Amino acid sequence: MKRILFIFSVVAYCTASFAQDHETGKKLPSVQLKNMDGKSVNTAELGLKGPIVISFWATWCAPCKRELNTIHDLYTDWQAETGVTLIAVSIDDEKTKNQVPVYVNGKSWDYIVLMDPNGDFKRAMGVNNVPHTFLIDNEGNIVYSHNNYAPGDEEKLYQEILSLKEKSK
Amino acid sequence: MLFDDFCETMKMKSLISCAFSTVALASFGQLNNGTFTGNIDATFQYLNADTLINAKQPDSKSLINSYANVFYTNGNFKAGMRLESYLPRIQGYPDRFEGTGLGMRYVGYTNSYIDVTLGNFYEQFGSGLIFRSYEDRALGYDNNMDGMRLIFRPAKGVVLKGIYGKQRLSFTDGKVVKASGIVRGIDGEIHVNDLLEKYMKDSKLDIVLGGSFVSKYQKDDNPDLILPQNVGAYSGRLGLKYSKFSFNAEYAVKENDPSEDNNNIYNKGHAALANLGYSQKGFGIVVSAKSVDNMSFRSDRTKSLQDVLINYLPSMNKTHTYNLVATLYPYATQPLGEVAYQTELLYTFKKGSKIGGKYGLPINANFSTTYGPIHHTSGFSPTDSNGIAYQGRLFDQSKLQYWQDININITKKFNANYSMIFSYFNIRLNNDISKVADDAHGIIESHIGVVEVNWKINKTNSVRAEFQGLFTKKDKGNWATAVIEYNVSPNWFFSVMDQYNYGNPLKELQLHYLIGSFGYIRDATRFMVSYGRQRAGLFCVGGVCRFVPASNGLTLTFTQSF
Repeated sequence: MKRILFIFSVVAYCTASFAQDHETGKKLPSVQLKNMDGKSVNTAELGLKGPIVISFWATWCAPCKRELNTIHDLYTDWQAETGVTLIAVSIDDEKTKNQVPVYVNGKSWDYIVLMDPNGDFKRAMGVNNVPHTFLIDNEGNIVYSHNNYAPGDEEKLYQEILSLKEKSK
Repeated sequence: MLFDDFCETMKMKSLISCAFSTVALASFGQLNNGTFTGNIDATFQYLNADTLINAKQPDSKSLINSYANVFYTNGNFKAGMRLESYLPRIQGYPDRFEGTGLGMRYVGYTNSYIDVTLGNFYEQFGSGLIFRSYEDRALGYDNNMDGMRLIFRPAKGVVLKGIYGKQRLSFTDGKVVKASGIVRGIDGEIHVNDLLEKYMKDSKLDIVLGGSFVSKYQKDDNPDLILPQNVGAYSGRLGLKYSKFSFNAEYAVKENDPSEDNNNIYNKGHAALANLGYSQKGFGIVVSAKSVDNMSFRSDRTKSLQDVLINYLPSMNKTHTYNLVATLYPYATQPLGEVAYQTELLYTFKKGSKIGGKYGLPINANFSTTYGPIHHTSGFSPTDSNGIAYQGRLFDQSKLQYWQDININITKKFNANYSMIFSYFNIRLNNDISKVADDAHGIIESHIGVVEVNWKINKTNSVRAEFQGLFTKKDKGNWATAVIEYNVSPNWFFSVMDQYNYGNPLKELQLHYLIGSFGYIRDATRFMVSYGRQRAGLFCVGGVCRFVPASNGLTLTFTQSF
């Protein structure tokens, strides 16, 4: 009987703490990446204020570029209204990695660009295929994610950013 | 293990002390329960026989690949695993992948200066010329290491890595089969500006230095040859940035490594890679050069194709996305030797300028070319006891062209809802060297034109269309492709693609390859159904290619991230 009671209490304890975990949400994993200038960045310590959009892309991914070019036209307004920062994580490997700054600057993107040439962050974030976009709140919790891109998806993303902004007020 | 068993084994007979430790464990967990991330991915196929395109129905009629990755982090602790299942494998995957089981697992500890992993890991030294272990699921490529990795960051700007392990070769009976050799290595990188922050705070010049050493051990079990059991490779690299200029280069040497790949010669090998770039708002250019000789490096000298490669030799050309450009005549690196050059350029005509118009007009051009190396054979004899067959020099190219690609594209946005992309590609592929077609000799030259139209109907509905034409006098002749895609944001898409080989020299093979798809996406969940005929093709990622045979039937895919 003691045994059963004991196991029961352990299970109850674990369930309780697990349930609590659900409310705190999924945290951004910690991976060491480099930005386009070669500086090291820890993904769990980005040190940014306001909501963060993390978008996985590659120079060879046409829908990724459509998504980031579309947001590029809206980005100034988005930033002014919500204080959002977009981080474009390139999964280009050694074959196409050197084309990243050419594309980013050629298109005058104002995003923070991080390089993930061996897919470490991609794996840690559970990304199957690109484009895959995540929304992160002020506490580093992943609150929304969307795979794929179709024109109009940026509206849905912006709605999510706005509702995050509302919540944090 | 149950907690009470645990307690008994630890000889903590007192229930009280046991309960205490349990509560301590549980409340530690409560403080930080950690995070699970991961994904699930499954592809199912039901295939019909189609004699015209030489597609066979597999004995089991249906095929399925499925994967689940689960990664756990809690404070400094990390663990992860992948289950995979091939019942049986889908078309184009290595035929020895079968069964269900654990494909990868690891545990580890990380803090601000140390990162240690036991079990499986992926890692890359520098640009990967002597070591890269990675996974590309779409290709069925996975050369993960099973062993130990230690990353140490002793000071700001300094990273030291050590690796030790055996590579994954295959997956049979639901179990990973490892290569026979052992791979070990060390790598160091210094970001000089970070290390000497005090002195270089205002320096415009940014310097990164790095070096690696990798060695493999494989027993010499060849009765006829005396093979080196330990083969070393080393490399040095340099990265510089000054204002808008950037330069990076790596040079690697491999000790003599007789293998099936190089016909058991005892030559050393080399690989060199250099990139020079300049970019500013609205303009970017990068010029690259590569020289490779006798650089196939595997943890089993008897293996071939994509098996147990220790290093990664990127092919120096653009990765194309349009169907006819990407899968008919792609190029894969020749590890035995090549000399390659590439230039990539992007310029955007400014908004409001005469050419740029209201939205700006980006023009992108790319040129890449690859030649065979010269093997200096005078003074070398194949019968020499030292086994050295020739001398290979850095950037010493022959007149034999392996590959050339000239392409340009222009994106024109007419208004908020309409845009078009015009592209032209001229591709020359030497089919005797990088074989893609059974029935062609020498250079296959093709001209490809693509027009892409994007039309946003309203906030959620949009149409995308592609019209592609490929013109060549060799192989299967001319092709035309049309793709129509209808998107309803953020949940639905429908698409139809027809590839028509109207120029095939054999009239009965002038076929339509028609395929229809639709998909449903919700947040991080994605379903896709497609049905139709798919031509045989080479599927390539990063210069690594796999042949996918022709098929006719139904494909269902499901992906979920969490």
